[in-house]
This record gives sequence, C-alpha cells and structure tokens, in this order.
Amino acid sequence: MAKRLVPIKPVDGLGAVSAALILLLTLGTLAAVVTRAEGVSALRPADWAALRFTLWQAFLSASLSVLLAVPVARALARRQFFGRSALITLLGAPFILPVIVAVLGLLAVFGRSGILSTMLGWVGLPPVHIYGLHGVVLAHVFFNIPLATRLILQGWLAIPAERFRLAASLGFDNADIQRVLEWPMLRAVVPGIFMVIFLLCMTSFAVVLALGGGPKATTLELAIYQAFRFDFDLGKAALLAVIQFGLCAVVAVIAWRVATPAGMGAGLDRTVERWDTSNPVLRAQDFTVLVFATLFLLTPLVVIFLKGAGAVWTLPDVVWWSAFRSVLVALGSAALAISLSLSLALLAVKLGQKRTAGFVEGIGYLTIAASPLVVGTGLFIMIFPFARPSDLALPVTAVVNAAMSLPFALRALSPALRDIENDYGRLADSLGLSGWSRLRLLILPRMRRPLGFAAGLAAALSMGDLGVIALFADPESATLPLQMFRLMTAYRMGDAAGAALVLLALSLCLFWIFDRGGRVDADT
Amino acid sequence: MLTLERLEIVQDDFCLTANLSVPTGARVAVIGPSGAGKSTLLAAIAGFLKPGSGKILWDGVDLADLPPGERPLSLLFQDNNLFPHLNAAENVGLALRSDLRLSSSQKDAVTHVLERVGLKGFGNRKPAALSGGQIARVALARMILRQKPLVLLDEPFGALGPALKGEMLTLLADLLDETGATLLMVSHDPDDAVRISNQTILVAEGIAHPPTDTATLFANPPDALKNYLG
Repeated sequence: MAKRLVPIKPVDGLGAVSAALILLLTLGTLAAVVTRAEGVSALRPADWAALRFTLWQAFLSASLSVLLAVPVARALARRQFFGRSALITLLGAPFILPVIVAVLGLLAVFGRSGILSTMLGWVGLPPVHIYGLHGVVLAHVFFNIPLATRLILQGWLAIPAERFRLAASLGFDNADIQRVLEWPMLRAVVPGIFMVIFLLCMTSFAVVLALGGGPKATTLELAIYQAFRFDFDLGKAALLAVIQFGLCAVVAVIAWRVATPAGMGAGLDRTVERWDTSNPVLRAQDFTVLVFATLFLLTPLVVIFLKGAGAVWTLPDVVWWSAFRSVLVALGSAALAISLSLSLALLAVKLGQKRTAGFVEGIGYLTIAASPLVVGTGLFIMIFPFARPSDLALPVTAVVNAAMSLPFALRALSPALRDIENDYGRLADSLGLSGWSRLRLLILPRMRRPLGFAAGLAAALSMGDLGVIALFADPESATLPLQMFRLMTAYRMGDAAGAALVLLALSLCLFWIFDRGGRVDADT
Repeated sequence: MLTLERLEIVQDDFCLTANLSVPTGARVAVIGPSGAGKSTLLAAIAGFLKPGSGKILWDGVDLADLPPGERPLSLLFQDNNLFPHLNAAENVGLALRSDLRLSSSQKDAVTHVLERVGLKGFGNRKPAALSGGQIARVALARMILRQKPLVLLDEPFGALGPALKGEMLTLLADLLDETGATLLMVSHDPDDAVRISNQTILVAEGIAHPPTDTATLFANPPDALKNYLG
C-alpha cells in the first residue's frame, strides 16, 4: 500500500501519551524496582522454593486444565442439546468471576468442612486437604477449564464441515476421524492454550494468597507480597519482581510464538454435523463429561448463593462501604482502560502498515508480562518519597487494574477499529472528517459494542481484583474483595459468603450494564 | 481542467501510467477489464494513493500536498457511501461541516437538496431503512451540496437493477447540467459509457489512454477494447 496522505492530528498525541504511561507502568516500575534490588546472591533457599513452586503449580494447573477441557470441548462440539448455549455462556463467566468468590465457593465444596469432606466422612474416609498445592491447582483448574474448553471448542468448530462430510463419505469411523481430523487440530491449538494458561497461573495472586502460603506453597507473586508487606524488605521484593517479570516475559513470548489462539471468539453456537458419533457408548461418555463439568463449575457458585443469600441483609456497614469504594475503583479503572486502549488502537491504526504500528500495539500487550504486584511494588517505590502510599491505595489500584485489562480491551477494540477504517476510512477522508469529529461522528458510534464489552470486562476485572490493593490498603481503604478476604481469614464465613454474593452480583451487573449499553440501539 | 502529467502509480508488481487531460465540464467514462486499474486511477486522483511519479493537476494547481478531504472533488464509491449510524440528513450535512454543527440555514440547505433528489421527508431515516436507490440518491445529494468542480464515481450504481440504474444516470446527468461539474465515472458496462459520457478513457494493459470520443471509440475499437468487449 502506498503511503497515506492523511496527516497526523493532535488526537494521535493522546496515543503517544498512553503508550508512554503504559511504558512507565510496566518497564518504569520495573526499573524503579531494579534500582532497589540487591543482586542475585541475595536469593535464599526459600526464594528458590518459591520459584520452583511457581513453575510446578503452573505446569500442573495448565496440564490438568487442558487435559480435562478436551473431552468437554469435544462433547460440546458434537452434541446439540437443550441448555448448550447456556452452558457455553457459563463457560465464559469465570473470566469476570471474582477470584476470591470462587475460592470461597471451592472451600465450601472441597474444604475441610465442605460438602466433599462431609460425604467422605459418611463412608469413613478422612476429609480432604485443600490448602497447599492441591488447593492452588484445584482453583486454577476451576478457572481455566472453562477458558481452555472455549478455546479448544473454537479449534473444533474451525474444522470445516466439508471435511466431516468427506470423512463420512469415505466411511471413516470415530477412530479414523480422531486420527485424521481431530488430533492434528489439537496438536495445533493445544500448545498455545497451554502456554496462555501457564502464564495466567504464574501471575495468579489471590488464589495463592487464600489457598497457598507457607514454605511449601508460596509463589513468586506471594513472596513479593510477603517481602513487601510483612518484612518490608524492598530489596528482596525488587529482586523477586525482576525474576517474575523476566519469567513472565519469556513465557509470554513463547505463548505468542506458538500462535496464541484468537481471544474470546464469537460463533460457538453451532455444532458440526457428524455421522460417526451416534453410538451409545460415545453418547454416554459425552453426557457424563458434560454433567461432571457442569457440576464442577456450578456447585461452588450455588453454594455461595445459598450461604450468602441469608447473610446479605446482616452484613456490617464496613462491607457496604468497601463495596462502594470497589464500584468507584472499577468505574475509574474501566474509564482509564478504555481511554488507554482506544487511544493506543487509534494510533496503531493510523500508523497503518508501518513497523511502529506493531510496536505501539505491542506496548499495550506488555502488561501481560507485568505482574500486578510488580507494578504495585514499583509504584510504591516511586510514590514513597512524595506521599503515603496507603493514601493513594484506591487510585493506584484503579490504574494498575486498568493496565492489567489493557490486553483484553485492545483485543476487542483493535479489530473493530481496523474494520471501521477499512469500510469507512476513505469515505471519511474524502469528506475531510478528521480529528475529534472523526472520533465523535464515526469511530465512537460504530465502536459501541466492542467499547461496551471492553468497558464491562475492565470494570468487572477491577471489581473482583485482589492484588495490588492487598499491598497498599489499610482497613479504611479496603475494597470489597479485600474486605471479604479479611472476613475469611477471621473465619466469619457467613459474612464472607454474604460479601461474596454482593461482590459477584456487582461484578456481573457492571459487566452487564456496560455490555448492554453498547448493544442497545447500536447500528451495525 | 484535470491533467495527469506523466503519472505513474506503482503498487507491488502493478503499474499504471497516465498522461492525459480532461477538459472542464466533460463527462468521461473510464472503462476497461477488471484489475486493469480503473479504481486505482480514481483513488490516486482522490488522494488515497501517492503516485510513484508524475503530477495530478486541477486547473494547473498540483494536488500532491492536499489531503483527500481538501481536494476539489467529490467521490462516490462502489458501496459504503453513507455512514450507517447517521441518518440521511446527517450524512448529507457532512458536506457542509465535517463536525455536523450546522447552522439553521445549512439545515435548510440539507432539507432542500434532499427534496431535489426526490427524498422529501426521508431526512430522519438511517441507511438501513432506505432502499439501494434511495441510498444512491442521498449520496448524490451530498455530492451536490459539496459543490466540488470534479466528480469521481467508482461504479456507485453497480449494485442497482437496470431500471433503477437508468433512473440514477438520468438524475446524475440532470445534476451535472445544473452544477457544470466535470465527471469521471468508472463502469464495467459499455452502455453506461454511451449513455452518460461524451468521452471515454480506456484503461488496459497498464495504461490509462487519453479520452476519446465515446461513439468513435466504440465504432472502431482498438485491440485492448475489443478483447474486453469480446
């Protein structure tokens, strides 16, 4: 394509500012942290154990999630049944489900006095232990089976229907189809999915905070938190942060290299017609798989609902205040995430085919490698000389959460923006529609759906976040997830369940309102 | 007068040259096989492609440094001529102010021009609520209101049926009579060329040939045109 003649306008300056801000938040905070690091010699055995545990639990979690997701995705790919689309929607829910809520639900099912242990007690077996490696992996699998299932299902549905027709006309049986069509597809998509989940489990914090800990079950993220919060050992926090960033960057690059599957794709509401799967054994197998998957995903949430519904009305005022703070943080975070991602995407699209365009967009994805605690630690070090970090706990949380939801927001906005420029860019250029007018009259109205979706996602992610806030907050500035965690550690499980229900409802509501707002009356 | 002075448009391994001029007020059809570069030629004149070499002049003024929106021309595409989220009046209003903050006299002008193209009372409709022919009329209304001396049409009526297309060409001819604008219209259909234009530019084999009298050209077609017409 020849060079464009449309001049760069001041609106694009915002994109540059956003890019700079994100660089400051990721690499800048890392640099701030590095200036405090003491050198590799300071790594103690406990730190090495944290490093090993981080990788080991991530490996186990990712492997199990993918292994268990394959049969679920296969069943969904080849069965049409009542409730199928509801189940697929449910598989999307963990993305906006606050981690700490899920943890509480899992405790109620798999914990020492949970449903499973009670049932084991009836037949004289000892209760299960959920704290430690088991619990961390269980929670990660709970969160990532749905993600893996949706992504693998996309792979299945991407096999053209004609191939299955051809296979049927050649008289292939189920084993033939597995060998010729399904294995090659899985070989292509599974490594990327594995790496993405591995990365998510490496940077997961709230799960490990609630279910891990101690010398045997501490991840790097948790070790950073402890070094910072309990020992106030900035040098050690810094050193761990550098290791964490390096590891995440390496894993992110590998994940990207093995072709990351397309994000949250639409179009899962169809099945491929098959002629090889009607035998009763396969039917029973798919049925069982789907029932177990549904029970595994739904039971913890149902338990939260049953336990929490009664407690909501008697929740102490501090919980409601923290809910109010959380909503404010979530709204601020969503606004910031949208501003950052939209201005970045606009700049990247404007730069078109040039290499700098990829660079600009790449900056937005940098936060994948940055762990929120690393960013938080860096911000703490930067803010420390000027103000008490706890005074700024909420704004800092909003900023970090916005940065963390950037990759998802960009993923939703960039393709939509490219479509708009492809379809209407020349028309707008020929009418001299540029700068703010172009944004107001062309881009914003046409981007309502992805903007609503991205804002909803950012708000829900921020609403449920229990990360940076744990690093900074004192009791007066706790958000709802932190407040809920405090109730849990104080063994006030009834109140915790009530708070969990409020948190869950608020997260879903925020997502729904934004997503809905983008859809109503949208001309597409 | 539009002058293409030793113009050379290069895209990957595609190259189109043009050395020709179109007199003010002429109605010129641009015909040729698909892939020959008809749309590319228009895109270069409109300012979407930077030419490899040569100049594009309007009345002797080099257009090279002007962005598309500031060139003395209006352009209608094959499709997507209207923004689907704006109503007919707003789409037309963009001709007057690109930020759509119209004065009341400008709003009157929009109402008036919609009436002129036979769309009285359709101002509040969005494109989804308009037929293909009505959409083309809205685009033509905007074109009139822009009052640019050169009009580039890239098969804007290609998707319409024969009767509707004839209707649009008649309307277009009337509008050009009123405004005196110069027309360059890309078409696949030789009948269009005969119908609306007195001159034709043949684009084939990497060359945009200078305009020749349409009737003479079709009466005695060169080889490139013969191959295309079959």
